[in-house]
Amino acid sequence: MRTTRPRGVASVAMGTLLALSLAACGGESEGAQLAGQVSDKKITVYSGRSESLVKPVLDDFQEASGITIEVRYGETAAMAAQLQEEGRRTPADVFLAQDAGALGAVAGEDLFAGLPDEVLDKVPAAYRDEGGEWVGVTGRSRTMVYNVDQVAEEDLPASVFDLTEPQWKGKVGVAPTNGSFQAFVTAMRVEHGDKRTQELLDGLRANDAQIREGNGPIVADVDKGRLAAGLVNHYYVYELAKEEGTSVDALKAKNHFFPNGDIGALVNVSGIGVLKGAGDDPDARAFVDHLLGMPAQTYFAQETYEYPLVAGVASAPGLPKLSSLNTPDIDLGDLDDLQTTIEMIKESGLA
Amino acid sequence: MASTAVVRRRVRRMLPRPALAAVATAGVGVALIPLVYLGVRVADAGWARISEEVFTARTGQLTARSVALAGVVTAASTVLGVASAFLVTRTDLPARRLFGVLAALPLAVPSYVAAFAWVSTVEGFEGFWAAALVLTLTSYPYVFLPVAAALTSADPAQEEVARSLGSGPWHTFITVTLRQIRPAVGAGALLVALYVLSDFGAVSVLRADVLTRAVFTSISLGFDRTGALVLATVLVALTLLIVSGEQLTRRRAARYARLGGAGRPPTRLRLGRLRWLGASGLVGTGALALGVPAASLARWFGEGVSRPGSLTGLATAAGNSLTVSAAGAGLTMLLALPLGLLGARAPSPVAVVLDRLAYLSHALPGLVIGLSLVFFGINVAYPLYQSVWLLALAYAALFLPLAVAAVGTAALQAPPALEEVARSLGRRRPHVLRTVTVPLAAPGIGAGAVLVFLTCMKELPATLLLRPTGMDTLATELWSQTSVSAYAAAAPYAALLVLLAAVPTWWLSARTSGLAPGGGS
Repeated sequence: MRTTRPRGVASVAMGTLLALSLAACGGESEGAQLAGQVSDKKITVYSGRSESLVKPVLDDFQEASGITIEVRYGETAAMAAQLQEEGRRTPADVFLAQDAGALGAVAGEDLFAGLPDEVLDKVPAAYRDEGGEWVGVTGRSRTMVYNVDQVAEEDLPASVFDLTEPQWKGKVGVAPTNGSFQAFVTAMRVEHGDKRTQELLDGLRANDAQIREGNGPIVADVDKGRLAAGLVNHYYVYELAKEEGTSVDALKAKNHFFPNGDIGALVNVSGIGVLKGAGDDPDARAFVDHLLGMPAQTYFAQETYEYPLVAGVASAPGLPKLSSLNTPDIDLGDLDDLQTTIEMIKESGLA
Repeated sequence: MASTAVVRRRVRRMLPRPALAAVATAGVGVALIPLVYLGVRVADAGWARISEEVFTARTGQLTARSVALAGVVTAASTVLGVASAFLVTRTDLPARRLFGVLAALPLAVPSYVAAFAWVSTVEGFEGFWAAALVLTLTSYPYVFLPVAAALTSADPAQEEVARSLGSGPWHTFITVTLRQIRPAVGAGALLVALYVLSDFGAVSVLRADVLTRAVFTSISLGFDRTGALVLATVLVALTLLIVSGEQLTRRRAARYARLGGAGRPPTRLRLGRLRWLGASGLVGTGALALGVPAASLARWFGEGVSRPGSLTGLATAAGNSLTVSAAGAGLTMLLALPLGLLGARAPSPVAVVLDRLAYLSHALPGLVIGLSLVFFGINVAYPLYQSVWLLALAYAALFLPLAVAAVGTAALQAPPALEEVARSLGRRRPHVLRTVTVPLAAPGIGAGAVLVFLTCMKELPATLLLRPTGMDTLATELWSQTSVSAYAAAAPYAALLVLLAAVPTWWLSARTSGLAPGGGS
C-alpha cells in the first residue's frame, strides 16, 4: 500500500533537518534488539488495553516465566497508527489490542508474523483471524443497556434496527467515535450490506440518537436516568458497579442481549498478534500462551467481566454463557474495512 | 560581475549576523519537522484524496467552527487578561499580590482536567460555548502574564508627559499605555489563538466539533492516518493566516525600550468604589477557573472505590514528568535563544520569516506532532527513538513559540545601547552576547523556560506516542485512569499534576507581574 519513494524523500529531507538541528545527541538505546531463536528473557508489548485491566496478568507472566516485559500503553487506535508508522523497524514484539479491527489494520500492512496452529486452535474459529495473523483473547459482546425504570422488559427490542422507531426518539445513546461501535457498524455492513446499514445510521440520527464520547458515559447516564438506553459493550455495567462499590443487581442499568443472532449482539474480541521481528522469539510465544492459559483467562472472566475464549473457563456470575448467546455469524477478519464505515458514519452526521 | 558586490551587500542587509541566523535556522528546523512529514504524507495521498477530504461541506463547517472558537476564546482571553493585568499592576486594588498569583494559576490546570471538572459539575455542559468557556478560563493567563510584565516595566515617563499635558487617566491609558503594551497583548493573543486551534482535551471532553477533534476521530475511527493528516494541513493553513495577520498589527506597533536608570513604579489609578467591583470580578474568575476543578478533584477523591496503585507509582510518575519536562524545556530554550535574539537584535526579513515559521507547528494537534516524530525517529534518528530526547524534540516543535516570545521580549527590554557601548569598546560580538545581552535578558529567558516546562508537564497526545516504553508520567497515568472511568484512581495524579505545575506558575506570576519583593526591575 505504501510506496518506498516518499519515505526516501522524507528521510533525506528530515535528515537535512536533523543535521541542522542536532549537532550530536548520544542515544543510549542500542536500536532494535534482533529477535532470534534464542530467548533473551525480554519482550516489548504494545498494549491497546489499559494498564488497570491487564497489568495483573502481565505481572503474573513475569513472575512465572522470568521474562521481563516492557509495556507501552495507549489507545488501541493510536497504537495501531504508531505500529503502521513504525513499520518493520518497530521495537514491539507483541501487539495486544482492544478489537479485531485494529488487529486487522496492522495485519493489513503485513506486519504480523502469523501464529502456529496449535496456538490458534485453543480458540474457537469465530474468534481468530482466518489467515492466522492474530488470535482472540477475550470476547466482548455488544448489548443494549437500558434503565429498568424507563424501559419495561416487554418493550425491549428484538433487533437493533427497531431503535429507529418513534418510541425510541431521543432516548438512545451511541458512541460513534468508539472503536466497538465502529466494529459493530462494519459487521452490519458485512451482514446486511451498505444500504441497509446506512439506513440504520441515518435512522438513528433522524431519531435524535444521543451522542457520547464512549461506552462508559452512556452506561453512567443510563444508570442515572438521563438516557433510557444505549448501545454499548456488555461489561460496562460491571465496571460501573465496581467503581461505585455496589453490585450489578443494584444498578438501574441492565444489559439486554439482542436475540436471534441479531447484529446488535455482535461478539468482538480483544486479541493479540506477534510482530514480524519476533516471529521466532520463544519469549513472545510464551506470552501468547500465557494469555490463553487458564489463570489469565480466569482473571479476565472474573475481573474485567469479559468472556474467556478458551474452553473450560467459566464466565463471570450473572452473565449469560457465551455459547448461549445467539450471536451473528460474522468473520471478525472481515472487520478491517473501516474506511467505508467511517465515511458512512460521517455521512449520517453521527460523527 | 559588477553586480555581485551589490547583491552581496543586499544579502548582508537581509541576513545580518550570519552566525546567529544559521543557529536560529537550526531551531526553526526542529519546528518544521512535523511540516515536512505532513507535506510528504499529504503529497503521497494524492490530489484526489486531498480534495475528497478537504473540499467537503463538513471540512468547511469544521474549519468555520475552529476559527470561531479561536476567535471567541482569543477575544475573551484578551479582555480578561488585559483587565486583570491592569487591575493587578496599575490600580489600588486590595490584595494585588494575591490576585496576581490567582490570575496566573489557571495555567497549571490542563484543559482536559478543567473540562472533566466542568462536565461532572454542570449537567448537560457540552458543545461550542462550553468549550469556549473552559478554554478561555484555562488560557487567559497567556495574555495576563506578558501584559502584566509589560505594564510593570513600561516607562512611566510617557504617561506622565501625557498627564502633564492635560490628558485624563483613561484617555492616557488608551492613547499611551495601551500602545506601549500592544506587542505584549498581540503576542499573548496569538498564543491563545494557536493554543485553541491545537487543543484536543477540552474540545473532545466537551464534544465541540472542531478540526482537532476531527483529526483525532479520523485516527480512532478506522486508523485513518491519511485523512487525519490532510485535515491537519487545514490547521497549518489557518496558522499561516493568523500568524501573518498578527505580524501586520505588529508592524504598526511601536517599540519602546526604557533606557538606563532604575525602574520607577508607575502611578496607580485610584479606583474608588470600583475597587470592590474589580476585586469581585477577579474573585469570580478565579472561582470559575480554579474553584470548579478543585471542587471536582476533591469529589473524585471521595467518590468511587478505585484507588491508585501505590505512592511509589505516584512518585515515579511525578519524577518522570519533571524529567521529561525539564529535558523539553532545556532543549526548547536552547533552540529558541538564537531565534529570539535574532528577532530582537537584528531584525530583518529573514529574521521575521524565521520567527513566523517557528509558529507553524504550534497549532498542530499533539497527535500529529507525535506521529511525525515517530516517523522521524524510525527513519532518520533511530538511536533517539523512544528516548527522552525525541520526546524533548517534540516538545520543542510544539512549544518553541512560547520560548521565542519570552526571549524576544526580554531582549527587547534590555537596552541595545549597552551592547553598542560594549562593541564600541572593542568587545567582539559573541563576547558581548555572553557578558551583556544574556545577563540582561536572563530573567525573561528564565520565565520562558518555566513557561515551557509547565506546558510540557500538561502535554498528553505527543507524550503518549513518544515517551520511552514503560515510562509513565502524571499526564499519561491520569489519562490511563480516566479512560477506564476510574476517577478516584485518577484524582491523585490530577491533583499532583496541578500542584506541581502550580509552583512554577506561582513563581512566574510573582516575577512577571513585578509583585514579588524586589521584582519588576
